[in-house]
Amino acid sequence: MLQTFVQNILNALQWGSFYSLIALGYTLVYGVLLLINFAHGDVVMVGAYIAFFIASLLLGHYSFFPHALPGGVALVLTIILTMILTAAVGVSLERIAYRPLRRKGAHRLYVVITALMCGLILENGNLALLGASRKKFPEMVDKVVYNLGPISVTNLKIAVILAALLVFILLQFIVTRTKIGMAMRAISYDKFAVPLMGIPIDTVIVFTFILGSSMAGLAGILFALSYPILDPYMGLSIGWKAFIAAVVGGIGDIRGAFAGGFILGFVEIMVVAFFPSSYRDLFSFTILLLILTIRPTGLFGVPKTTKI
Amino acid sequence: MKQKLAVPVLLFALLAVVMTLVQFEVIDLYIQTIILFIGINIIISSSLNLVNGHMGEFSCGHAGFIAVGAYVSSVLSVALFAQDRIFGAPLLPPQYTVYAFPVILVIGGLAAAFAGLLVALPSFRTRGDYLAIITIAANYIIITVIINIDKIGGARGFMGMKRVVFAMEDTAAIPWMVLWVFLFTILSIIAIRRFVSSTYGKGIIAIQQDEVAAEIMSVNTNKMKLIAFMLSSGLAGIAGGLYAHVIGYVNPKSFDILKSTEALVMVYLGGMGSITGSILSAVLFTLLLELLRPLQIIKWIVIPLLLIILMQFRPEGIMGNRELVDIFPKLKKFYRFK
Repeated sequence: MLQTFVQNILNALQWGSFYSLIALGYTLVYGVLLLINFAHGDVVMVGAYIAFFIASLLLGHYSFFPHALPGGVALVLTIILTMILTAAVGVSLERIAYRPLRRKGAHRLYVVITALMCGLILENGNLALLGASRKKFPEMVDKVVYNLGPISVTNLKIAVILAALLVFILLQFIVTRTKIGMAMRAISYDKFAVPLMGIPIDTVIVFTFILGSSMAGLAGILFALSYPILDPYMGLSIGWKAFIAAVVGGIGDIRGAFAGGFILGFVEIMVVAFFPSSYRDLFSFTILLLILTIRPTGLFGVPKTTKI
Repeated sequence: MKQKLAVPVLLFALLAVVMTLVQFEVIDLYIQTIILFIGINIIISSSLNLVNGHMGEFSCGHAGFIAVGAYVSSVLSVALFAQDRIFGAPLLPPQYTVYAFPVILVIGGLAAAFAGLLVALPSFRTRGDYLAIITIAANYIIITVIINIDKIGGARGFMGMKRVVFAMEDTAAIPWMVLWVFLFTILSIIAIRRFVSSTYGKGIIAIQQDEVAAEIMSVNTNKMKLIAFMLSSGLAGIAGGLYAHVIGYVNPKSFDILKSTEALVMVYLGGMGSITGSILSAVLFTLLLELLRPLQIIKWIVIPLLLIILMQFRPEGIMGNRELVDIFPKLKKFYRFK
């Protein structure tokens, strides 16, 4: 009993890491622009597909590049390249779709709808280009199972949890300790006064999208390594759920996104461990609804004082 | 006189023409279904507009309430009027269908309105984007509950509503669904219009402008929110009941977050807080979906792309927050927005 429980905690940590990584991307963009970037879940999906193509290329699965690299080198290269390319996808979304609207001073919710539409285009564009057949992600490193008494951990699980933790520390450092992080916080505080202080607002926003989308790329690779079947709609439900996790933590707060992701992961895994799996969404969303009813601004969110 | 009669006469003429065309099979079943969908989508978009446009909240779980209405009214009508595997022989003779059907739809709407409490009660304290999450969560919760009730088909879906429609047509051979969709569309638009333009209902517009100020000005914000959410979800439930009986089959998957996205698109395409805008966008969106059907999967690239382009050139939607009479003042001769 106890060992299943500990085993499930480890599973929950891994599952929560995915939610955290994606929720961090949501919360970064929201914290700066107050924009719910609904396309983020699909950027994760794009990241996984980019990783798939790069990995297949580097492992020599395509005939025009027959030099197979060793697994470890290929993995590192795949991670770096995927993060760069996914960041490019995120930034181009910002440049093409969101920035012109922001310039026009459109209502915030119209930008949200545009984000939703961008997500639909990414999903269905993928479906139209690559077809509905699912892709099998190649195995890049050998699976190692560590046995600590009755509990077993794979190297991949450890890597995923570590990655989420490192990303959290890195982002928390960038946002709270560096100059550009200060600029990001300043923009969310007052979007109109910041350009007057000589802060290049567009550069900061692009930087935010680079950070958020590269984390989405990382989440995409790790997700594809853990669950190696790719399909165009994989980003949909995990994206929505990660957004919910970000809000439960208190959207706009890095710690909140991190904590919210793990809470959602824990609830989902524990429900599946003790109840039929079809009850998963029911329990997890009811708990989230209760959390939000009791703490209306999430766990770490601070209620804003409204002036009239 | 002209002002009073123009719109009712026009609507009555429209209904008569459509009913005659359907009755004598001038238009085929496909076009008939599209016309019915237009009506249903008008209810969906204008009811969501009540919350998202007039009240200025961001509800993105409208499909959940549509699902509640669809399931409650389908189960009721099948249990009462159709031979079914689970519910057995019909409880009432088929000639009562005609009278009972609108009642069943309204009961479905009431059930959906009570499901709306799931969102309305947290909305007293939770605001803005946090409320948006509650609506998404409510959508997921409703769908999962339906999936887990095996008695109504669970994930397999529920069917048998066509038999109820046939029972109505056996009683009197006129296109009943056209009539019901038309009537309920008109009724819900009247309800929303009267509510929004009444002195009492102006409270929700006050909430949209500034919630704190509205409260200070003695608007009972909690009560207004409760009413607006329940009215909106109740009308969505009626739309769901109609949808279920037009299609003849419901499945929890067809009420997921994508359906909610469709409803959102219709609201923001038409313009926040414009009733004529939602009607217009519901008609356009439904027609667009059908016109682009031959493109298959490309359709779902073309439509979002069109919307993004539209947003770039007209970020406030087709109508903005104006009504048709604000754009064409001459129309005031024929109808009054009051």
